[in-house]
Amino acid sequence: MDMSYMVDVFLELLSGVPLTIQLVATSTAAGMILGLLLAFMRMSSSAAVRLFAQTYIFVFRGTPLLVQIFLIYYGLGQFHHTLQDIGLWWFFREPYWCAILALTLNTTAYTGEIFRGGLQSVPFPMIEAGRAFGMSRFVLFRRIVFPIALRQALPAYSNEIILMIKATSLASIVTMMEITGLAYKLISETFRAVEVFVCAAAIYLVLTFVITRVVQGLEWWLSPHLRRDPKWMMRRDGDRHYAKSQAASSGGL
Amino acid sequence: MKFSSMLKVVVASTMLIAGAAQAENKWETIRIGTEGAYKPWNFTDASGTVIGFEIDLANSLCARMNAKCEIVAQDWDGIIPALNGGKYDAIMAGMNITDNRLKAIDFSRPYAISTASFGVPKDSPLAALAGTGKNLNLESDAEEVKKVIEEWKPLLEGKTIGFQGGTIIDEFFEAYLKDVFVLRGYKTTEQHDLDLAAGRIDAIFAAQAALTSTFKRPEFSDFVIAGAGIYGDIMGRGIAVGLRKTDPDLKAKFDEAIQSAVEDGTIEQLSQKWFGLSMTPKQ
Amino acid sequence: MTIFELIGFGPNGWGLAMLLATAMTIALALCGFSIGCVIGVAVARAKLSKSRLAVVMADFYTTVLRGVPDLLVIYLFYFGLSQFLSGTVTFWCADGGFLLGLLQPSAITPGLCGSRGFIELPRFLIGSLALGVVSGAYQAEVFRGAYGVLSRGQIEAAKAVGMSPFLMFRRIIAPQVLGYAIPGLANVWQLTLKESALVSVIGLVEILRQSQIAANSTFKPFYFYVVAGSLYLAITAVSTYGFSRVEQHSLRGIRRA
Repeated sequence: MDMSYMVDVFLELLSGVPLTIQLVATSTAAGMILGLLLAFMRMSSSAAVRLFAQTYIFVFRGTPLLVQIFLIYYGLGQFHHTLQDIGLWWFFREPYWCAILALTLNTTAYTGEIFRGGLQSVPFPMIEAGRAFGMSRFVLFRRIVFPIALRQALPAYSNEIILMIKATSLASIVTMMEITGLAYKLISETFRAVEVFVCAAAIYLVLTFVITRVVQGLEWWLSPHLRRDPKWMMRRDGDRHYAKSQAASSGGL
Repeated sequence: MKFSSMLKVVVASTMLIAGAAQAENKWETIRIGTEGAYKPWNFTDASGTVIGFEIDLANSLCARMNAKCEIVAQDWDGIIPALNGGKYDAIMAGMNITDNRLKAIDFSRPYAISTASFGVPKDSPLAALAGTGKNLNLESDAEEVKKVIEEWKPLLEGKTIGFQGGTIIDEFFEAYLKDVFVLRGYKTTEQHDLDLAAGRIDAIFAAQAALTSTFKRPEFSDFVIAGAGIYGDIMGRGIAVGLRKTDPDLKAKFDEAIQSAVEDGTIEQLSQKWFGLSMTPKQ
Repeated sequence: MTIFELIGFGPNGWGLAMLLATAMTIALALCGFSIGCVIGVAVARAKLSKSRLAVVMADFYTTVLRGVPDLLVIYLFYFGLSQFLSGTVTFWCADGGFLLGLLQPSAITPGLCGSRGFIELPRFLIGSLALGVVSGAYQAEVFRGAYGVLSRGQIEAAKAVGMSPFLMFRRIIAPQVLGYAIPGLANVWQLTLKESALVSVIGLVEILRQSQIAANSTFKPFYFYVVAGSLYLAITAVSTYGFSRVEQHSLRGIRRA
């Protein structure tokens, strides 16, 4: 393998990293909020709301992301006159926003299910304890339910972010020049597929590694009870779950 | 003698005989491989017959070579292997001469040029791009190309241009129009056609033959070809007959026949008939 | 023309073409999944082996293939495989073949060897290989996880009654691992099915590519992508049902809490 060529390829691909990160960050942030909303809708007491959430999840998890991107980008392009009339064309005109919209709607479906799992894993006694302290619903959610649910959901959620990093590569098909788009350009110019693949793969793996580490750090930060002096835990009670509920119910997060 | 050695001798002598037979071929029948799915160069009509610019041209060329033409359909992916494998003797399938292909096969002199231009909305200022209707060779018309491109630049400044990514157009933009406009590289030409119609991009840059057939459709009645047709050098050295490297005699025959078809205007006439524009290569 | 004529089976309808494309998607996903199954079992075995090297290599494989976009893997196979094969075949025909004496492969397969530098594999093969390699990485994790659920006691018991390793694999390990693996495999199947849409970028006419062709020809992209989505949903729904039946069947002997 030709090292100087590899360095050139690597530098060229690096110029696509900011766009990849933008796409991931914007769509996961939006997907997190919408996903939380979807999780609540999925657990709603109204059957209609539940049905809507279930259908949404079924549709977005059951179809390829590329179809969703094409539907939003080329499909809605069919109605560009209508979109112009209602003043939304500026958004759908840009492949960037179309890609972000598709990625967001897609990750919302997965994130919703992950959050629902997390929320349902919060032990009821903790909620009861919070109520006994006289916490308002909002404080209860912010200090007890959400942190615990997030902690439970984090491993699955970090997987979802990694899937999102991979998913941004599809934006290249609607002309966005992120890492994979640049890689395709380089391959079709030189046909040196292996060298370009190695460089692009390395960049993606570094991104994945960084995300995994950040999420691990978050998990550590959300689990202070597991960080206490082990001797303290041994003395009080060997049972980590007891310690966990102690920490949580005293609001000591 | 062992069986395997015997086999070797048999195979070797068969090859020698076959080689001798090949050398004596007087080219009374020439089998021509084509794709049959590349409108209007070559395509299959409703009755299953392969027709198109290249079929008409092949018949005319064969008449000039006093030979009988046989058209053989072959998928694009295997079109070069099948030539070298002996399924047919020549390829006429809208194939541009490129360095990569020259490693595997030989080419006759070009019988057509494939030019590329901008496709723009009729009422856009881009419709005034210089050189419309003219074809310019990047190599032999280098001076004029430079002039025309300088005239293009102010009009194209800041516009969004769609093209098929991963093709020679990438190289052309890189070399001649770097950083003038915003590039949108699409996977297929169909996709940039859709986006041009939707108004997401200001213009597309594509082969004139493709633009002409796209703009014939009712959805594109408000679009026109603008600017000079660019070809030559990095934009393709011309569409030519693909031949085995072992048949220089056939190449000589094709070169001569194409020369005469260019001179007597047959190619020009066929190109107007099938493409509605001039694709005749310069002498 | 109404949308029903467009997607119907009449002379102007795209119905038949879409159905054929659906068959292609299913065939592609099945091939990819099967290749992935073979790779998955092999990699899972490597991960569980005592050889340090095998474990490291298997981990490397699953980390890379699960961390890199599948689109890149498809590009690698599409451009890289023919690059690689062309190199090998050129060697075989020009040099290697010559060394082997008169019986050159070119005498047997002129189509292959006469075309130096231009070996192109069928797109279907490239697509299913690429899907298989990715799917294999996910299946490896599923099989390894399922193996971990097996209780040591059962293996000890099998050894105690004198079962040969093969018999033990066939009677004790394989049925249970497969049973536990089914929910995971169902997930990977969905993943492979959805990823098969990416193969459209190399021009294989499956559901998405066919919809693109129809969308361009009729200028109704919205309708055809909705049809494409519905076809995928239908395949998903049917296969989800199928997997749940298989799961019930294979875990019939296990007591549920």
